[in-house]
Amino acid sequence: MVHEWALAEAIAGYVREYMGEHKILKKLTISLGELQSIDREILDFALKEILKSMGITVGELNYEVEEAVLRCRKCGFEWKLHKKLFSEEVLEAIHFVPEVIHSYYKCPRCGSRDFDIVRGRGLRIKEILVE
Amino acid sequence: MSFKDDPRLMVIGDRLRSVRNIVPIMSSKGGVGKTLVASLLALVSVENGLRTGLLDLDVTNPTTHIVLGIDPSKVKPIEEKGIIPPSIHGIRFMTIAYYSLENPVPLRGYEIDDVIREILAITQWGGLDILFIDTPPGLSDESLDVLTYFTNPRPLIVSTPSPLSIRSVERLLTLLVEQGINILGVVENMVVRVTGHIRDLCRRYGVKYLGQIPYDPGVDIAIGNIEDLRNTKFYKHLMESFNILRTMLI
Repeated sequence: MVHEWALAEAIAGYVREYMGEHKILKKLTISLGELQSIDREILDFALKEILKSMGITVGELNYEVEEAVLRCRKCGFEWKLHKKLFSEEVLEAIHFVPEVIHSYYKCPRCGSRDFDIVRGRGLRIKEILVE
Repeated sequence: MSFKDDPRLMVIGDRLRSVRNIVPIMSSKGGVGKTLVASLLALVSVENGLRTGLLDLDVTNPTTHIVLGIDPSKVKPIEEKGIIPPSIHGIRFMTIAYYSLENPVPLRGYEIDDVIREILAITQWGGLDILFIDTPPGLSDESLDVLTYFTNPRPLIVSTPSPLSIRSVERLLTLLVEQGINILGVVENMVVRVTGHIRDLCRRYGVKYLGQIPYDPGVDIAIGNIEDLRNTKFYKHLMESFNILRTMLI
């Protein structure tokens, strides 16, 4: 089982903390940043297993992919990421630590590595409902 | 994402639960030998039979892998419910260089924090007697993250006898003492002439003086070759400092 399991544990820990005395997780929506290329099926499997082991009844689990947008700090250019530009090795490196994109990628307009990941970096909880 | 809304922070404590001693190697001044002290202390620790880890937290300029003589393109962590740091010369060793290789890693402060959260959240250290952490100079994100994300870090401070280093370390000691951090002690490195200034500093702050390492030009030549490093004066003096700090470990 891969990296996604560790992230599922993190989400489950957050959910448990958030739920307090509640036992039913009515709805959970997770945003998956395009940059990190999280395997949705593995994450879903791991998350369900871990939540079940915590005695939490899971209702609706939703995943939304957030496209990656970058903005250059030097020239202000904003662009969407085209992952086809990257080799498998680079995609895997970015999968583990998304910020290493700065090691492999530059602003297409001015060539600067000093850019922000405006959105679509990694994993975040978008909505959580309990009862 | 705010501090409390980041799920990764929920598991950092779990990942480090079986690590008995967390020892960040710190100094506010650059060029005092933190990376060499961190890397070689890890080797000394293994030699003394301790289950040892080394984390390179200098994420914009990782160099511990260079000291240890490994090519990060040829070594990778094992994926198992996260990532398991590979064993390098008996050390469980984790560095961003596995992913950035020898490319530049220019990061803004908030990105450094994100990298550190990610690495701490996914790294499965397992049981360790001691985890050494190499940190960059300054009092910025990496140093603050060490004090924020680790439970009971026990910093080991490195200083040279230079007034610039001593004044910088004094600022670091002020910060650590006012936060109630349990400091292991100070190692005096690159000593050419014995002055006693760092001993005085230790006395003033109630911190243990862990010994001095004479300036050793041979150590740079030995970088990347473990056997040569073990034969340096630097290594032998570090063994003496390790014997003192070992008595202070949990």
